[in-house]
Amino acid sequence: MNQLMSGNEAIARGAYEWGVSFAAAYPGTPSTEITQEFSLYDGVYAEWSPNEKIALEAAIGAALAGADAMAVMKHVGVNVAADPLFTVSYTGTNGGLVIVAADDPSMHSSQNEQDSRHYARAAKIPMLEPADSDEARRFIKAAFALSRQFDTPVFLRSTTRVSHSKSVVAPEEPNARREEREYVKDPAKYVMVPGMARGRRVVVEKRMSALREFAESFDENVMELNGSEAGIITAGMTYNYAREAFPGYSFLKLGMVHPLPEKMIREFASKVKKLYVVEELDPFIEEQVRAMGIDVTGKELFPYNNEFDPGVVERSITGKSRAFDVPDLPGLPDRPPNLCPGCPHRGLFYVLGKLGVFVTGDIGCYTLSFMKPLEGLDSCICMGASIGMAHGMSKTLGRGDAVVGVIGDSTFVHSGIASLLNLAYNRSNAVIVICDNRTTAMTGMQDHPGTGVTLQGQATKKLDFEALAHALGIDNVRVINPFDLKETRTVLKEELASDGPSLVIARGACALLKSKESQGKPPLMVDVDRCIGCKLCLDVGCPAISWRPFDSLPHGSTEGKKRKRQEGIALIDVSLCNGCGVCQQLCKTGAIIEVEANE
Amino acid sequence: MSNEKVHTILFVGVGGQGIILASDIFSEVMLRAGFDVKKSEVHGMAQRGGCVSSHVRYGEKVYSPLANKGDVDILVSFERMETLRYIDYLNAESAVVINDEEVFPPSVNLGDEPYPEDIITFVQRHFHRVKILKATDMARNAGDARMANTVMLGALSAFSGVNDSYWKDVLREALPERLASNNIEAFESGRRI
Ligand SMILES: Cc1ncc(C[n+]2csc(CCOP(=O)(O)OP(=O)(O)O)c2C)c(N)n1
Repeated sequence: MNQLMSGNEAIARGAYEWGVSFAAAYPGTPSTEITQEFSLYDGVYAEWSPNEKIALEAAIGAALAGADAMAVMKHVGVNVAADPLFTVSYTGTNGGLVIVAADDPSMHSSQNEQDSRHYARAAKIPMLEPADSDEARRFIKAAFALSRQFDTPVFLRSTTRVSHSKSVVAPEEPNARREEREYVKDPAKYVMVPGMARGRRVVVEKRMSALREFAESFDENVMELNGSEAGIITAGMTYNYAREAFPGYSFLKLGMVHPLPEKMIREFASKVKKLYVVEELDPFIEEQVRAMGIDVTGKELFPYNNEFDPGVVERSITGKSRAFDVPDLPGLPDRPPNLCPGCPHRGLFYVLGKLGVFVTGDIGCYTLSFMKPLEGLDSCICMGASIGMAHGMSKTLGRGDAVVGVIGDSTFVHSGIASLLNLAYNRSNAVIVICDNRTTAMTGMQDHPGTGVTLQGQATKKLDFEALAHALGIDNVRVINPFDLKETRTVLKEELASDGPSLVIARGACALLKSKESQGKPPLMVDVDRCIGCKLCLDVGCPAISWRPFDSLPHGSTEGKKRKRQEGIALIDVSLCNGCGVCQQLCKTGAIIEVEANE
Repeated sequence: MSNEKVHTILFVGVGGQGIILASDIFSEVMLRAGFDVKKSEVHGMAQRGGCVSSHVRYGEKVYSPLANKGDVDILVSFERMETLRYIDYLNAESAVVINDEEVFPPSVNLGDEPYPEDIITFVQRHFHRVKILKATDMARNAGDARMANTVMLGALSAFSGVNDSYWKDVLREALPERLASNNIEAFESGRRI
């Protein structure tokens, strides 16, 4: 029966229908749900690996052993996995191997807007790109078929709007399990020392030329001729935008974006008077079409940055927008995402913001602490960068009391362990804090080696951060409760003053995890009579606490006398507060009290 | 309503208000009513109190899951001020359903900026099909404040013209059985607005 599925659910479904038996991934928006959904199907193995490189290597191993295997990641994850990626292109795969890479035009949840299609070209790996959920389901199967036919890894590229849009899918019954291909020892194919790699290098070029031939007849490269006035070459989600904006144009919709079907493109170009390439991000198709000597219009009209929609395509070509213009529209306050009420990061970053140190940051929910009022984090480049950067900064500054590196527990496991070793090995003076909230919160609460549970829900060995740090050669290892501001401040100051590298583990469970396990404390409220309007509690930036100027409150709600001494009061929204108590430690008049105590 | 036109509904509000669930339910209703349906929203940061918007489009054949600015038929806004953030998606004939409640953004919580005033009058000045309701209060009256999104769906359903039974089936399936009758009540209270 037809059903609505997100692109991610549909990729998982297609993988299941094909008979994929192995999936490895590290979470990352917008790719996360693919592996989560896949892990729920019968008879499959799926894991969270510590990072994308390990996920790809695991999938390579599974394919080598004969399985159909996929490694799933967001676009920046491909950077982490790039080392094995470039060479598995040489060895080929035995079983099927597909790398699912999800790009994030507009950077809805990412630190950059890189275009994964360049990896396909650079690593000489074919790439398919679906435009909606049913295509996602079909294309993952086509990708495995290609992988087996050409003995090559294959990319499936998604974007946020494919992954996170829902459209109608017609699921099919799963294939009977394909015969697993036996693995064979074949050093000339799998041992990529220079002598062997030179041989495989030639195989790669032969394969690419066979794939170029294949692309000409690939049935997901589709010409849709609606007239000769103008034609658009496009792929993936952008096809939908362009098709909607210009229903009268002709289309060459590419299901395979690498390699390109040159003959087909020439034929299409010859059928239209004006040719456009419409693609988000880089002029990947456009430059190749132009290199064929074909006159084409692209990035001179269409933006390089941000995702498109039908309006962007329409406006770029016609110069006109249909956006509703309301001249007297008032300005609006921004509404950036914020740490949740009861988040363990809040206390830690409140203290860090006041210490006067440079805080090299990392990626996770805690990155949000750079904002007002916490302002407790000063850099964010990529996962794992905090520790290396803290090391480099403290070496350069020659002081141990100037730099703190902070990293989430999942991020530490992803790419912080070797950098912590570097601190010990190269005798650094930096202080590193692991914000250990017992989960991968930013991407939706996935388990990782530090939680002791696997993706498929099995109890497993739990990584012991303290023991690991000692083994790496870090002697100063402290564990703190980030909800306790005094303890947090004291320990951080001591470690900043001490010699040699230190690791501070700030351990407090994510508020969302807590609410799941329903161990919340009673909420807090403001005793209006005792609040002197000093605004100290606002400094933690909790969404449950708001400043209420008296003139915004109904008259009579507070006494007239008070109105002379102060401008307003702070209020706590009891329905949001989960009683973490951080604000209470800042209140000098004892005005923040438990709701129950008052009743 | 005709099958040829592609209809566009935009659900907006703040992370945690149940917007994505509401738009999922709406999409399922339209699928069962025989339409092609596409919907899109951005996940990830939604739970962290940021802006959330979900586009739902349905008709005979839908290409883009995202609306063109100027094309939205109905804006369903779960938070008063968020209504204004998406005005450029509307046109003078668009219908607007507003939950008349405020969720303060950080700058307002900190006292750095006031919460914008007179939003409702502004909307009423520019649009002639406007419904205002206090969905959370209404949901509370129906048994649970968290059903505010169902109340909003009720208000939306009055515009959408599909058979009631599709709505009730999907609502019943979307929630645990013990909440079903409360939920239908919440839906109907919204529908009466
Ligand atoms: C290479 C790479 N992979 C994945 C991501 C997506 N991502 C960003 S932060 C994060 C994990 C955050 O978890 P943690 O470090 O535990 O911090 P928390 O959000 O729990 O505070 C992930 C998976 C990324 N940005 N880069």
